Amino acid sequence: MVDNTHQDIDAATGTATTGHEWDGIKELNTPLPKWWLYILYATIIWAFGYWILYPAIPLPGGHTSGVLGWTSRGAVQADLADLRIQRGAMVDQLSRSTLQQISADPKLAEFARAYGRSAFGNNCAPCHGSGGQGSKGYPNLNADRWLWGGTLDQIHTTLVHGARSGDPDGHEGNMPAFGKDGLLTKEQIDAVANYVVSLSNPTTADVSAGKLVFGENCAPCHGENAKGNVDVGAPNLTTKIWLYGGDKASIVETLVNGRGGHMPAWKGRLDPETIKALTVYVHSLGGGQ
Amino acid sequence: MAQANTVTAPPQGGKSLAIGEILGIVLSILGGLLALFIASKAYTGPYAFHMIVFALAGFGSALFIFRRFTIRPAVIPQEINGRPNYNYGAIKFASLASVFWGIAGFLVGLIIALELAYPDLSMGLPWINFGRLRPLHTSAVIFAFGGNVLLATSLYVVQRTCRARLAGDLSPWFVVLGFNLFIVIAGTGYLLGITQGKEYAEPEWYSDLWLTLVWVTYLLVFLATLWKRKEPHIYVANWFTLAMIITIAMLHLGNNASVPISIFSPKSYIVWSGVQDAMFQWWYGHNAVGFFLTAGFLAIMYYFVPKRAERPVYSYRLSIIHFWALVFMYIWAGPHHLHYTALPDWAQTLGMTFSIMLWMPSWGGMINGLLTLAGAWDKLRTDPVLRMLVVSIAFYGMSTFEGPLMSIKVVNSLSHYTDWTIGHVHSGALGWVGFVSFGALYCLIPWVFNRKLYSLKLVNWHFWIATIGIVLYITAMWVSGILQGLMWRAYTSNGFLEYSFIETVEAMHPFYVIRAIGGGLFLVGSLIMAFNFYKTLASPEEVGAPEINPALAPAE
Repeated sequence: MVDNTHQDIDAATGTATTGHEWDGIKELNTPLPKWWLYILYATIIWAFGYWILYPAIPLPGGHTSGVLGWTSRGAVQADLADLRIQRGAMVDQLSRSTLQQISADPKLAEFARAYGRSAFGNNCAPCHGSGGQGSKGYPNLNADRWLWGGTLDQIHTTLVHGARSGDPDGHEGNMPAFGKDGLLTKEQIDAVANYVVSLSNPTTADVSAGKLVFGENCAPCHGENAKGNVDVGAPNLTTKIWLYGGDKASIVETLVNGRGGHMPAWKGRLDPETIKALTVYVHSLGGGQ
Repeated sequence: MAQANTVTAPPQGGKSLAIGEILGIVLSILGGLLALFIASKAYTGPYAFHMIVFALAGFGSALFIFRRFTIRPAVIPQEINGRPNYNYGAIKFASLASVFWGIAGFLVGLIIALELAYPDLSMGLPWINFGRLRPLHTSAVIFAFGGNVLLATSLYVVQRTCRARLAGDLSPWFVVLGFNLFIVIAGTGYLLGITQGKEYAEPEWYSDLWLTLVWVTYLLVFLATLWKRKEPHIYVANWFTLAMIITIAMLHLGNNASVPISIFSPKSYIVWSGVQDAMFQWWYGHNAVGFFLTAGFLAIMYYFVPKRAERPVYSYRLSIIHFWALVFMYIWAGPHHLHYTALPDWAQTLGMTFSIMLWMPSWGGMINGLLTLAGAWDKLRTDPVLRMLVVSIAFYGMSTFEGPLMSIKVVNSLSHYTDWTIGHVHSGALGWVGFVSFGALYCLIPWVFNRKLYSLKLVNWHFWIATIGIVLYITAMWVSGILQGLMWRAYTSNGFLEYSFIETVEAMHPFYVIRAIGGGLFLVGSLIMAFNFYKTLASPEEVGAPEINPALAPAE
């Protein structure tokens, strides 16, 4: 097996083996491939060069900072500075102008919409949809229907302070849980639901009982004519646009359990220019008043 | 020390329990009782469930040890007729377990790939949402499949290349069964929501402690077998395995240093905090790749490739140099997982430069594996098992080039957090680890069970279906990853982000579907393999074939 007196030559390659054998496996005594060795050396030399140029060696109280003086924080700051230059004077102008001034200046408004569109995609789209089309519980921003008002200033207030967000200046006001809290009986809820359905879906059936209940319990917020009230976030019930569904079952569910969605206060999360740009963008989506 | 040729002994005659057996029975029962006590006071249901599993395992192993005692010969010979009496029991179990866990892990991978393409697939059920199934997939394929392959092959190779029976009698069984118990605890824990939230180290403190016991036993069995070897030198495969065992022990202890809130609770808190914790995590994570998935599987390559090709290893010198270079370089490269984070710049620099220097040490293994085929390339045409092994080496070479490339900071600024990383991992995982494991299992299972492999034709089908699956998988992830990276960094002429995050997610959908198809093909391949093994084991044992495991023909 092990034979050190004369070399064991592998016939296929003509190379000597090392003379050892394990479970039938031998090893050739092939020298290291030159190209392999030279690339290994090259990577090591390259690494030493990199250590000289960049922060690399930890030392007591700090580390070598490299002759290029590069830091990752510095690189980010340089990138952000470049971005500011690219965005140019328009951001400053945005910051100085009122919402109305921005809207009135076509060039500035276009810039604000481009800015707002980008911010909307990453901050608002998760709830309101990438086109602002909304979904159940999340208002559609394309339609001319606003819970808290659709003027530039109203949209701005909603963005800054949110709704039921915990911000003291945020919108408050809930749809009470008329059923769960025992404010209305089952029969009353059924009657008023029939009436509410009939507001957007005219019917020949008699809904007067429901109208009576509506007048006493719902009108204070939604109004005698059920057209809603943006001061308390009460939606207009006479159109086909529904936040939680306009079929009878959904309306009964709303009446029984109440409703009250949350919109975060964006103040402090986004800078004032971004919120302004978002206001202009959302206002331009199709429903701005 | 040739013993008498005793293979069987009457069930009781003059036989007494060995010290190890007594100790094993006592410790198993005590451990089981302790687990029952903890279960009775456990804070949470899932933890009580785990303790009951531990208790059952304890009582079960006491029974197992006693039953085994009643049927074993009074003295187990180290050699029979001058040939080592190799111990294949635990190896048989681990090799079959690896097939089972592999299929389970690939299946869960397919499910989460489909969940990414079709997010509603989890139907709102917490147990099968992506967050719980993802660690189940990674642990199942890395630790359950890969781990069992490593246990089976390393315990086989160390015996054969040392010409010595495995050290210990019960301890190899403890290692293999204990490791699989760890897998069961870890996997069920993920589904029930028990995790410490560290990637690839999700199991909580009690599973970690158990694994420590198992792993130290593995080290001792391995070292003791090396110690009693009949060969003058230690074969290269065993260096790699030993490096794997020692380093994994160190990584496991370092990254899981945590304090449980109570012995009755599964919850613990890690002692590291902030960026130190991140650094520890990726020191662990990267070297789990480097030592578990690379060094361990290189050990497989170094035995099974020359054995199957019936050729000597290409270069002994290369094996030495690339071994030491690999183990020295790998351990530093972890910080490349934390480029452009709060990790100090100097640590990021070291992580990147060591990754680049790691390129050639990694390729040393590839060269040594591929060129071992010199003089036997024609066998690739006729032997699909060898082809699988060789293609695995090619994937190893490709992913160990891609890895250093991705560690370069400017490349990383594009690739990091994208699917490119997933593609890179899977070219290594499916192509290298998967194929080298399949190749080894196609050799090992017939050898240890003393049977002829049922069908090489089916191996050929497995090879092609799985290869197409891998190619679909990694090309889909390359395209999707680079697209994703470019979309994330795209700015409009005004200087605003061109795409919102959700738009980049929508753009990934077709590639996620292709990836799922690729993963599905890989799973189909493994099912063909399982069927092949089933038919192999159903066939009668080979008789009159003293050496199914072929010896190398004399080189002259």
